[in-house]
Amino acid sequence: MSDTSTINSKGQLLTNDGVPLKESLRKSLRRTKIRSFLLILAPLLFISILFVNPIVQLLSRSIDDTLINQVFPETFAQYEVWEDKSLLPSEEMFAAVIIDIRNTHKLPDGKGKQLLGKSGTRMNYEYSGWRSLLKKTVKEAIKVDKKSKEEVKPFTWEAPFKDKMVKKDKRWGKVETWQSLGAMKDPYTMGYYLNAVDLRYDANKNIIEKKEYLQIYKTIWMRTLKVSLMVTIFCLILAYPVSYLLATLPMRTSNLLMICVLMPFWTSLLVRIVAWMIMLQQHGVVNDTLLTILPCFEGMVNLPFFGETNIDLCFGEEDRLPMMYNFTGTIIVMTQILLPFMILPIYSVMKGIPPSYMKAAQNLGATPIMAFIRVYMPQSVPGIGAGCILVFIVAIGYYITPELVGGKDGQMIGNFVAREMQRTLNWGLGAAIGSILLVAVLILYWAYDRLIGLDNLKMG
Amino acid sequence: MKFPSYTTTKQKLWHYFYLFFCGFVLFFLVAPLVVVIPLSLTNSPYLQFIPEMKLFSFDTWSFNFDGYGTRWYRELFGMCDTVTQATTVCTNRWMIGIKNSAVIAVFATLFASILGTLAALGLSNRHMPFNRAIMALMISPMIVPLIITASGLFFFFAKVNLVATITGLVIAHTILGIPFVVITVTASLSGFDNNLMRAASNLGGSPLRNFFKIQAPLIAPGVISGALFAFITSFDEVVIVLFVGGPDQYTLPRQMWSGIRNEISPTILAAATILVLFSILLLSTLEMLRRRSERIRGVRPG
Repeated sequence: MSDTSTINSKGQLLTNDGVPLKESLRKSLRRTKIRSFLLILAPLLFISILFVNPIVQLLSRSIDDTLINQVFPETFAQYEVWEDKSLLPSEEMFAAVIIDIRNTHKLPDGKGKQLLGKSGTRMNYEYSGWRSLLKKTVKEAIKVDKKSKEEVKPFTWEAPFKDKMVKKDKRWGKVETWQSLGAMKDPYTMGYYLNAVDLRYDANKNIIEKKEYLQIYKTIWMRTLKVSLMVTIFCLILAYPVSYLLATLPMRTSNLLMICVLMPFWTSLLVRIVAWMIMLQQHGVVNDTLLTILPCFEGMVNLPFFGETNIDLCFGEEDRLPMMYNFTGTIIVMTQILLPFMILPIYSVMKGIPPSYMKAAQNLGATPIMAFIRVYMPQSVPGIGAGCILVFIVAIGYYITPELVGGKDGQMIGNFVAREMQRTLNWGLGAAIGSILLVAVLILYWAYDRLIGLDNLKMG
Repeated sequence: MKFPSYTTTKQKLWHYFYLFFCGFVLFFLVAPLVVVIPLSLTNSPYLQFIPEMKLFSFDTWSFNFDGYGTRWYRELFGMCDTVTQATTVCTNRWMIGIKNSAVIAVFATLFASILGTLAALGLSNRHMPFNRAIMALMISPMIVPLIITASGLFFFFAKVNLVATITGLVIAHTILGIPFVVITVTASLSGFDNNLMRAASNLGGSPLRNFFKIQAPLIAPGVISGALFAFITSFDEVVIVLFVGGPDQYTLPRQMWSGIRNEISPTILAAATILVLFSILLLSTLEMLRRRSERIRGVRPG
C-alpha cells in the first residue's frame, strides 16, 4: 500500500513508510531538538551551577539579615511594642536583650560566641559603637555565681536590668542606640542597598540621607559613570577615523595596520599597564620627551602695549605633568586598553558599506563632507552603537587598571566592591554595590542583544 | 600621495591632517608596548630611561652597549647566582608562576573548548527553544564584571572547599573561556552549509561519523581561535586568582601584580617582553588560521 498510495483517506501526504508526512517531519524535528538539547546540557549545567549559582548566592547576601534576627528574636519582638520611640524603652526590652544574649551564648561548640561576634559586627554597620557595647554586655550578662552550690549556677546579674546596664555603659541609656535596632528587625533588609547610595533608615524605617561626612558612594558612582563615558567618547573619537582608514585602504596595507590594533588587544593587560607606567610616570618617557622637544625661552622682552615683560615659556623639571596614579592616568590607560573594542566593530560595519555610495552622492552634487555626513555616517551607526555599548560595559566594571594606576581620585566602583569584600569584610554592602553594578551591566547587555545581536559579536 | 587634479589645497591639507591623526592613534596603541623591550634589556634597577642607557652617542659618534644586558631575564628564570648587584630580591617565584599559569591555562582551555563547542553546536539549531536566552547565558561570563564573578566564586568555593586549589582556578578560568569559544565556533558555524550534513546522511553516514568527517574539519579553525582566546584569557587573569587563589599559589599575572604594587623591579619588564613576543606569535597563528578557513570555504581574500 505504501508503495502505491501516497495520500491516505484523510487526504494527508504520506511518506514511504505510510506515516503522514507532517508527523514524520515533526518527529525528525523533535529528534534534532533533543539532540541539540543534549549537546547543550553539559555546558548549560556547568555555567548554571558554577557561575550563575555563585553569583545569585552572592547577591542574596545583599538583602540577608537573618543572622541578627536569629540572635535577637525577643529583642525585636519587644521593639515592635515599643510605643514612643523618642523615649527609652521599658524594662522588658532591656531584659529581652539579656535573655537573647544568654540564649545564644548557650549554643554548643562555641557557635554562640561566634554568632554574637558576627552580630556585633553587623550592628556596628548601623550604629558605630555597637560592637564594643555588645561585647562588654555579653561579658557581664553571662557571669555566673561561682560560689553557688546549685547544679545550674545562677547568673550574677538579676532582673531588673535597666539600671545595671545603663550604669555599666551609658550608651544603653541613649535612645539612638535603641533606635538603630529598627533597621535590623526584619530578616530581609534593604539597608545595604541604601548604604550603597549613601542613604539609611531612621528609627521608624523611613529612608533618609546619611550625614554629609559619611557620604562616599555617591561620588564614586558619579566618577564611575564619568570615567566610563569619557573613555567611551575618547575611544569613539580615536577609533572612527582609524576604522575608516582601515576599511578604505587596500587589503594588504590595511592588514598590516590591523596588526597595530590587534597586538595590544592580544597583549596581557598587566603588561600594558606596566608599559604605561613607564610612559606616564614623573620621569617617564612622555615627560622626558616633552622636556627635550618643547622650546625653552625665558627672559625679558620689550612687548608693545605691555612694555618690559618677563616671559617664562620653559617646560622645566618642575613642570613635569602628573599623569600617573590619578584620574588622568586612569582615563589614558583605559582608553588605550579599550580602543580595540571600539575599532573592531566599527571596522567590520564599515567594511560592508560599498564605496560606490559616496561616489554616487558626490556625483549628485554633494560636497565630500556632505556626502560623508549624510550618506556614509548613517550607515556606520550600527558599528558605533556596538562599539560604544561594548566599551561602556567593559569600562564600568573595571577593577585592575584603576587599582594600579588610579591613585586616589581614579578609583572606581569595582575597587570599592573589592575593598568591602577583602578588607572591610562588609560582605552585604559589597554584594549590594556589586548587584547594582551587575544590573546596570545586564541592562546594557540586553540592549546590545536587542540592538545588535549577540551573534554579531566578533573578536579579532 | 596621488590626488585627482581637481583636489583643492584645503582638501589636501585636510587629508594629510587625517593621515597624521590616524598615525597618532596607531602610535598611541603600539608605542607603550615597544618601549618595554629596550628597557627590559638594561642593567639598571630603575623603570625609567637614564643617560647611561643612551645607545648612540653623537659626541663620540659610537655605539655604547654598557648599560645593557640580560640581567633581568636571568632573574626572571630564577638564575640568581649570576646576579652580581643584589638590589632586588631574587626568587624562583616567577618560574613557579609561569609553570602554574601554563598548567591552569592548558586545562582551562581544554575544558572551555569542549564545553564551548558543544554549546555552539547545540545552539546552532534554530528550532531550539530559548535559543537566544541560552546564548546570552553562555556569553555572560565575558560581560559580568570580573570582580563580581571573583567574589561570587570565592564564597561558593569556600563552601565546597575549592579555595586555594588548582582545581578551583581551572574551573574559574574554564568559565571565563567558554564565551570566547562559543562566539568563534558560532561564527564559523554560521557559514556552514547544513546540506552537506544532509547529503552525508543520505549517503549512509552515521551522525557521529558525519560530524567528525565533515563538520569538525570545517569548524576546526573556529574552535582553535576560540581556544587561543580562552588560553590568553586564562594566562592573563589576575582578579580571580587574587580572590580564590591561596597565598602560595603564584601565577604569572599574580606575580606581575605584586611586582607592580610592591617591589617594582624590571623583572616585570623581562616578563612583559616575553609576553609581548608571545602575543605576536599567537596573533600570527590566528591570522594563519583565518586564511586557512577562508581557503577551505573558497572565500578569496580581496
